[in-house]
Amino acid sequence: MRLGTLTYSYPDNSGHFGPYGGIYMAETLIPAVEELRREYLRFRDDPDFQAEFAYELQHYVGRPSPIYHAARLSEHLGGAQIYLKREDLNHTGAHKINNAIGQALLAKRMGKKRVIAETGAGMHGVATATVAARFGMECIVYMGADDIQRQAPNVFRMKLLGATVVPVESGSRTLKDACNEAIRDWVTNVESTFYIFGTAAGPHPYPMMVRDFQCVIGNEAKVQMPELIGRQPDTVIACVGGGSNAIGLFHPYIEVDGVRIIGVEAGGHGVASGRHAAPLTGGAKVGVLHGNKVYLMQDADGQIIETHSISAGLDYPGVGPEHCLLKDLGRAEYVVATDEEALAAFDSLCRFEGIIPALESSHALAHAIKIAPTMGRDKVLLVNLSGRGDKDMNTVARLKGITL
Amino acid sequence: MNRIQTTFDNLKQQDRKALIPFITAGDPSLDKTVPLMHALVAAGADVIELGVPFSDPMADGPTIQRASERALKNGMSLRGVLAMVAEFRQTDGTTPVVLMGYGNPIEAMGWEPFAERCAEVGVDGVLTVDFPPEESAEAFEHLQRHDIAPIFLLAPTTDEARIERVARLARGYVYYVSLKGVTGAGHLDLAAIADKMPQLRRHIHLPIGVGFGIRDGDTARQVADLADAVVIGSRIVQEIENSTAGTVVDNVQQFVAGVRAALDRRTQA
Repeated sequence: MRLGTLTYSYPDNSGHFGPYGGIYMAETLIPAVEELRREYLRFRDDPDFQAEFAYELQHYVGRPSPIYHAARLSEHLGGAQIYLKREDLNHTGAHKINNAIGQALLAKRMGKKRVIAETGAGMHGVATATVAARFGMECIVYMGADDIQRQAPNVFRMKLLGATVVPVESGSRTLKDACNEAIRDWVTNVESTFYIFGTAAGPHPYPMMVRDFQCVIGNEAKVQMPELIGRQPDTVIACVGGGSNAIGLFHPYIEVDGVRIIGVEAGGHGVASGRHAAPLTGGAKVGVLHGNKVYLMQDADGQIIETHSISAGLDYPGVGPEHCLLKDLGRAEYVVATDEEALAAFDSLCRFEGIIPALESSHALAHAIKIAPTMGRDKVLLVNLSGRGDKDMNTVARLKGITL
Repeated sequence: MNRIQTTFDNLKQQDRKALIPFITAGDPSLDKTVPLMHALVAAGADVIELGVPFSDPMADGPTIQRASERALKNGMSLRGVLAMVAEFRQTDGTTPVVLMGYGNPIEAMGWEPFAERCAEVGVDGVLTVDFPPEESAEAFEHLQRHDIAPIFLLAPTTDEARIERVARLARGYVYYVSLKGVTGAGHLDLAAIADKMPQLRRHIHLPIGVGFGIRDGDTARQVADLADAVVIGSRIVQEIENSTAGTVVDNVQQFVAGVRAALDRRTQA
């Protein structure tokens, strides 16, 4: 890959994306991430592994996911045409399953019978519980106590699938605290346990491995768009929390000239309010958390600050290291959508297209809705509809003052 | 010469083992930390590990997590911890102080200003739990420039090649985490420590401290038979948690003195 005069090939052998990434972990876990890196690199180039992964994606997940032209919404906005990559149609209802399948196949080959995961909105927890059931593994999911409240249907789904859901009461009781607790479990049970990490962040090799598994999104889109419209889109857009659905769409487009790449962070009550989850857009400094060096929301003393987003899946103070690098390189732009804008986009997609999107994906959609009217009708925006919104019924109803 | 080396040299001459208690700075309150440090010394501590609280203490169990939360609620910060060490040094010029915590508060301050300030206030060593040797090159350079010892952790999962790598970088002493798990967890497997020790000694020519799972004089004495230093953290923090503002300094001193006495019985025996 060439970017200007530089070749784009990240991470380097030590897991760094330029100044970002790395393996900032306690000593007990270093051999475990080292083993994971070795095993992943071995199986990544193994045709049997790739064939099994492709088989599962096709027959279990239901890939390829279609791309849908949101024609009524586009017509209403009167500008660029909006196309949706329908990750919401995957088995379990989000892109998270792509990565969970990949890591479960790796766990199986490494002989690990127990898998653990952290989850925010619950989609990664559901995906992990699903693959654990599929492959006959014990599954423990750590989830912030506050998130358990706002995502009750997903908690029940995980339990139906046979997983144990452990509420995390420490800290801000959200995704970052669930990560802390999963890491504590891993330190304690390192030999028997595979940590199925949900986003393209964490210690090396997770940012690389999760990206590779999610790249099926962008790789499919690169084939599907020319079939649909005879060319690649002008702009690809995805929401960014940790950033796994986004990097899965973006990465295959990094080397495609002329395709603009936009990541949408959770603006919460607005970046100026300080109540948001937008480290890339909100002027956060670089710091170290959960095994990697990234842009990180923190106070002057380096303590991690509490974030806010209407969407539990984006409510995280950090972001994957590759997004940090893409921002610095200027290859991707990062913007925000507020809670209010995401909710309006949620409503629009329901009413104009008969699709109920996840609140996370609604952030990406909100930005598309914002810029489409400023562009010509011949322009094309490809939005990653990373998940469906069934899990958000309680949150949306509450905001509308309705008791279900 | 660094105070850590002086301390261990003296102990070796006396055939005694080092006692290294841990407390979190700012717990239970800002005004108790320096009195607690002096009480630890009075009770027979040889080195003090002073915890720098962090919002996300991933390697710590519930006891030290709560201590961190209390300290942060009290307004403790990295700069505040350094000021406490300066205050401690006004009356104690000899007991080594090692700061222990996570890397991000130091990253936020900057390694060079941090190392400079450490030297200024009399910090002797720094242990950042989530900065393995692979990511410590920059930190190491700044600490070395100011003669601050980088203290590294080794774990039961650490293999020979990594032990060798740590041996090349470490100064002061090396801290062997005696079990797989977070601080304050479970029981102590003495046989496993005994098995690992020869492998560690082959490469590490610094004193080796052992921590995690040490709860009283008995376990401390058993560990001391195998190691050069005994580290006790969660059990002391528990003592702090179960005390009132009026009793905390006395209770901690009494508990640590009990452990010291048990360790010294070992020498006399």
